Amino acid sequence: MADPIRRRTLGARLARAVLYTVLLLAALFYLLPLAVMLITSLKPLAEITPGTLLSLPREPTLAPWAKAWGEACTGMRCEGVGVYFFNSIAIVVPAVLVSTIVGALNGYALTKWRFKGSELLFALMLFGCFIPFQVVLLPMAQTLGWLGLSSSRAGLILVHVIFGIAFTTLFFRNFYVAVPTELVSAAKLDGAGFFRIFWRILLPVSAPIVVVTVIWQFTQIWNDFLFGVAFSAHDTQPVTVALNNLVNTSTGVREYNVDMAAAMIAALPTLIVYVLAGKYFVRGLTAGSVKG
Amino acid sequence: MAALEINNVCKDFGSEQVLKDVSLAIDSGEFLILVGPSGCGKSTLMNAIAGLEPVTSGEIRIAGEDVTWQTPAERDIAMVFQSYALYPSMTVRQNISFGLEMRKVPRAEREAAVERVADLLQISHLLERKPSQLSGGQRQRVAMGRALAREPKVYLFDEPLSNLDAKLRVDMRTEIKKLHQRLGTTIVYVTHDQIEAMTLADCIAVMRDGRILQLGSPDEVYNDPVDLFVAGFMGSPSMNFIAATLEGESDAYRLRVATPGEEALVLPWPRERETAAMAGRIGETVTLGLRPEHFAEDDARLGEFSEGVAFTPRISVVEPTGADILLQLKLGEGEATARVGPKCRVKAGERLTLRVDMGRAVLFDPTTEQRLA
Amino acid sequence: MSLTSPAAQPAAASGSRRSHAGLLQAWLPKLVLAPSVAISLLFVYGFMLWTFILSLTNSRMLPSYEFVGFGQYARLMANDRWWVASTNLVLFGGLFVAICLVLGLLLAILLDQRIRQEGALRTVYLYPMALSFIVTGVVWKWLLNPGLGVQAMVRGWGFENFRFDWITDPDMAVYTLVIAAVWQASGFVMALFLAGLRGIDDSIVKAAQLDGASLPRIYWRVVIPCLRPVVFSAVMILSHIAIKSFDLVVALTGGGPGYASDLPATFMYAHAFTRAQIGLGSASAMLMLGGVLAILIPYLYSELRNRRHG
Repeated sequence: MADPIRRRTLGARLARAVLYTVLLLAALFYLLPLAVMLITSLKPLAEITPGTLLSLPREPTLAPWAKAWGEACTGMRCEGVGVYFFNSIAIVVPAVLVSTIVGALNGYALTKWRFKGSELLFALMLFGCFIPFQVVLLPMAQTLGWLGLSSSRAGLILVHVIFGIAFTTLFFRNFYVAVPTELVSAAKLDGAGFFRIFWRILLPVSAPIVVVTVIWQFTQIWNDFLFGVAFSAHDTQPVTVALNNLVNTSTGVREYNVDMAAAMIAALPTLIVYVLAGKYFVRGLTAGSVKG
Repeated sequence: MAALEINNVCKDFGSEQVLKDVSLAIDSGEFLILVGPSGCGKSTLMNAIAGLEPVTSGEIRIAGEDVTWQTPAERDIAMVFQSYALYPSMTVRQNISFGLEMRKVPRAEREAAVERVADLLQISHLLERKPSQLSGGQRQRVAMGRALAREPKVYLFDEPLSNLDAKLRVDMRTEIKKLHQRLGTTIVYVTHDQIEAMTLADCIAVMRDGRILQLGSPDEVYNDPVDLFVAGFMGSPSMNFIAATLEGESDAYRLRVATPGEEALVLPWPRERETAAMAGRIGETVTLGLRPEHFAEDDARLGEFSEGVAFTPRISVVEPTGADILLQLKLGEGEATARVGPKCRVKAGERLTLRVDMGRAVLFDPTTEQRLA
Repeated sequence: MSLTSPAAQPAAASGSRRSHAGLLQAWLPKLVLAPSVAISLLFVYGFMLWTFILSLTNSRMLPSYEFVGFGQYARLMANDRWWVASTNLVLFGGLFVAICLVLGLLLAILLDQRIRQEGALRTVYLYPMALSFIVTGVVWKWLLNPGLGVQAMVRGWGFENFRFDWITDPDMAVYTLVIAAVWQASGFVMALFLAGLRGIDDSIVKAAQLDGASLPRIYWRVVIPCLRPVVFSAVMILSHIAIKSFDLVVALTGGGPGYASDLPATFMYAHAFTRAQIGLGSASAMLMLGGVLAILIPYLYSELRNRRHG
């Protein structure tokens, strides 16, 4: 956007220097917490003293990580966050798969097989993206009880699927709206039916939106705390709930290094996804939030 | 038996009537073109024939069978889309054979069909490519190949050439015409391009506002339009419409065209083209329709004209097109376009003597826009 | 819905004339959508109604259906802690939205100046959005800890009187929420604005340059006005995040000191799940819904209107 012919005056150079300084300072602001978290998680407890926030560990150790993973106390139990990490995986994987598949079929039916009222149905479902979940917590708790799913992983999976469908449907609907409907018309004339058109024509071109949706759902469900804390028991907690319990467990000495290691463990899966597929992550954020 | 028959088809979108009592029939091997401005209902009619949109009322028959409530797959129809609608994830070969595969045609027959079609359209070297690796013209051929492979009862072409550049469009037009002549297929072809309509069709249906205004051969539609709209729509540059006063009496009607600042031009109406409708209009203003080629330079093509009336208008604009020259001239209240030979040396602002061929002129009622004579 | 629609009537009337395959194809899309629609009706709309009904009862530990009219709402209005939570939401939400917008726009504009390593910087600015609010809360709690965090560090540099103990100060605790939330979400706003900037037709800017406008003036007069729709959706998303903020408060301040940094979301959870005040909790949830709708409805209205005109 800057003019192609750049005058290399002193003022221009100075402006450029200021520009880079500001951008780097901002980068520092965003990076600092992560750096502190990582540094602290590698320090032995003895090195954590006032004023050493940014000092590198003199004797780096992975002991806090080991303790956070396998021994640290989360509430009454002391078995680390590892077991809850696997809880999260056991919840996230099926919930992401089911909600993505349902969303893809919904988006396909809503855009390529329009019928009278289908837009209204979409608007109806879309509302689920916007409600504050507090408004469904109490009835959901009771319903899970009736279904015999209270405090179970299955119950959490169900909750995440139910409230994820609105988003996945939105994603796929907005993607399929841009796929020419003539493709579907051509396939209909060629003799293909509803599911075959989806499988043979639409799905092969859906890779980008599948990636966006899976990443979005993965981050949302992995990072969820509200449903986790409301609908899980000790042995079915997701890792975010366990992390919060670990940090707030007030027995013995505050082991900040272990806290930070546990936070790193809880943050790593989504961070890795972000680093590997940042483009799709951003696309999901903007697509998911901007409009229907 | 008609290959395709449409009886009293209506289609509503909500309160809007998109097709209003449309009826037509074409024989096997005929090339029908639906032409009209955008929004006239031609694409809706096409989709109704294909079964992509249900009709509100009426009946559609293909080869005598009532298909009104059949799915697109059951109708045995193939369609070439404006956007080509090639399946992006499939190779050209897969695109062409997909329809056969869906109809459970054995693999060997599918292969044979692909080879036959690829030969016919000269796309054998493209069979393993994906649509994204093809040029516009190549995609067009593949789209036609996909339709041809199935050998359906009726082919539908939905503005198939409108995404091509001008030169390619002319080439493909010729090619479609050759294919039709060679294969004797029944084709319904939608276009808004009246040159395509004139060059390709056995039969043209001019549509407007959900109705078929005129159904006839290209010659009929061009030279014998039913109303002002059809007359104006077909032909490029379009027909000149000139306000004129009808004078005289039976056997000697005249049209008086008053041009401000000029002597009035009086054109005698050919006796053999008189109609009963003219009798009641003496002294009234009517709309005279003259195509640009109904004017000619006084000396050039004089011999062609049966009734030539000479006049000498002032020429305001000269537009050479290469093959001929278009002249803008003052006639009546507005301007008219005349087509003269490329050797004409007139300059803008000069006067030129032209002759008018009244043997092919047409008359319309200016309010109802219906044909008078 | 389709049975009563005029367009579907002829199809339904002549359904017997359709083949089985045709009927199945016509119904399959509806069958596929049916479970999701049912889920939405039941779990979103049904549950909203259910919560509303609960808010009209005197439910405490367990839901009871003894109606007390709008008594719970009256109790809520008289509840000091609710007022603290609501005031906090206005403070937190307002600052959070405003700072994110300013910071996001600034960073986006700066990044739009043909910066080397733009991709890397963008990645750095945006990564907090991938984290759980719980992780964010835990990290910032550590940074803001007066004894070991930033305050201690700056004091260690020799500024003995430096104070940054907001997290333990009832008057300031709510602002620590703002800091952490801005840290997490401002990069995302930057991404929204950057996408908006890249979407602006280059020739507009070129035309302004030929008209002799300076770069800051071009941004102020030409570019930023083009970003209005982005501002609109960013405000919408951010306020939505603010109203739903629950995990951040739990992890960062626990609503404390006391209940000084409570937000409606934590208020609701505390009353409905730990303090056995289901009726009161439901009433607060309904008010949160009201807050979301108050933002959402004007947004959707203008969106729909724009689309109709566009």
